[in-house]
Amino acid sequence: MEEKTILERLRKEFPAGVRETLTSLGDEVAVIDKGALLPVVTFLRDGPGEFTMLLDLTCVDYPGQEPRFEMVYHLFSLSRNRRLRIKTRLGESDLRIASLTSLWKNANWLEREVYDLFGVHFEGHPDLRRLFMYDGFEGYPLRKDYPLRRRQPLIRLKE
Amino acid sequence: MTEEKKKRPPAGPFITTQFNTLLGWARKFSLFHYPFVTACCGMEYMSAACAHFDIDRFGAGWTRFSPRQSDMLLVVGTITQKEAPVLRTVYDQMTEPKWVIAFGTCAVSGGIYDNYAVVQGIDQIIPVDVYIPGCPPRPETVLDGLLKLQEKIQHQDHDWRWKKKRS
Repeated sequence: MEEKTILERLRKEFPAGVRETLTSLGDEVAVIDKGALLPVVTFLRDGPGEFTMLLDLTCVDYPGQEPRFEMVYHLFSLSRNRRLRIKTRLGESDLRIASLTSLWKNANWLEREVYDLFGVHFEGHPDLRRLFMYDGFEGYPLRKDYPLRRRQPLIRLKE
Repeated sequence: MTEEKKKRPPAGPFITTQFNTLLGWARKFSLFHYPFVTACCGMEYMSAACAHFDIDRFGAGWTRFSPRQSDMLLVVGTITQKEAPVLRTVYDQMTEPKWVIAFGTCAVSGGIYDNYAVVQGIDQIIPVDVYIPGCPPRPETVLDGLLKLQEKIQHQDHDWRWKKKRS
């Protein structure tokens, strides 16, 4: 019942921002508007949920759908041993979302990873550079429309 | 040409070939290796290098963590495109004579990582002498690969100081 209450609290607190709440495989999921991300997450961290830990932050590409990208945030409450997932959609034309680096330090590299592999821009990120791929790498390799056989060697390779 | 001359080949080539054999014998049993370990194959490398399988039985036990002091480069694991320049630098830093072993499927051909990030075989970057397949290879396979390299070294034409440099 506790799970229900935190989602209900969230809906009550942000009636405009939270689009949908559901339970998936035993975890709570909140689908929100991308503009409401920062206040929602701040509420979850400092509010009654005590979701003090950002476990992971990633992106999913759904080609053909609009909006095409979906950001997924995994939060964990150490005191209550509960997980919560936050999803929000991003359109291809406006790939910008608020950065969580002001709330969690580990969001820094996680967001750099998503920027590197999906091309999502995080507003307010202190150092938005590529994390895995090298300078001069073109395109975003984890997008579904990145060609499967496209290679961009850093040095000249023998063939 | 008399009968006697036929029996005895000229002394020069005889000494040269014998010295070549001696040099090959000496070099194949004193391989200092540099482990370029990047992935899970490293566990099998450790197993092969340490007491259980003991690569030192074949004279390749001396691990040097400087490429300048080593003769055998063991490329153990996946080489990404980002790492390719590093591997080439390490190879270039090694002094002659030098040999390279591609250890495990990833180093041999890229393995399961047929994607944007991984070099499809280190022979696209540096020359390779022996390929050891397996994901990861068992230590016995590694030792077999080492024996194959030793055989190759034994039958190689060795370069030495006072011999005219080829190529």
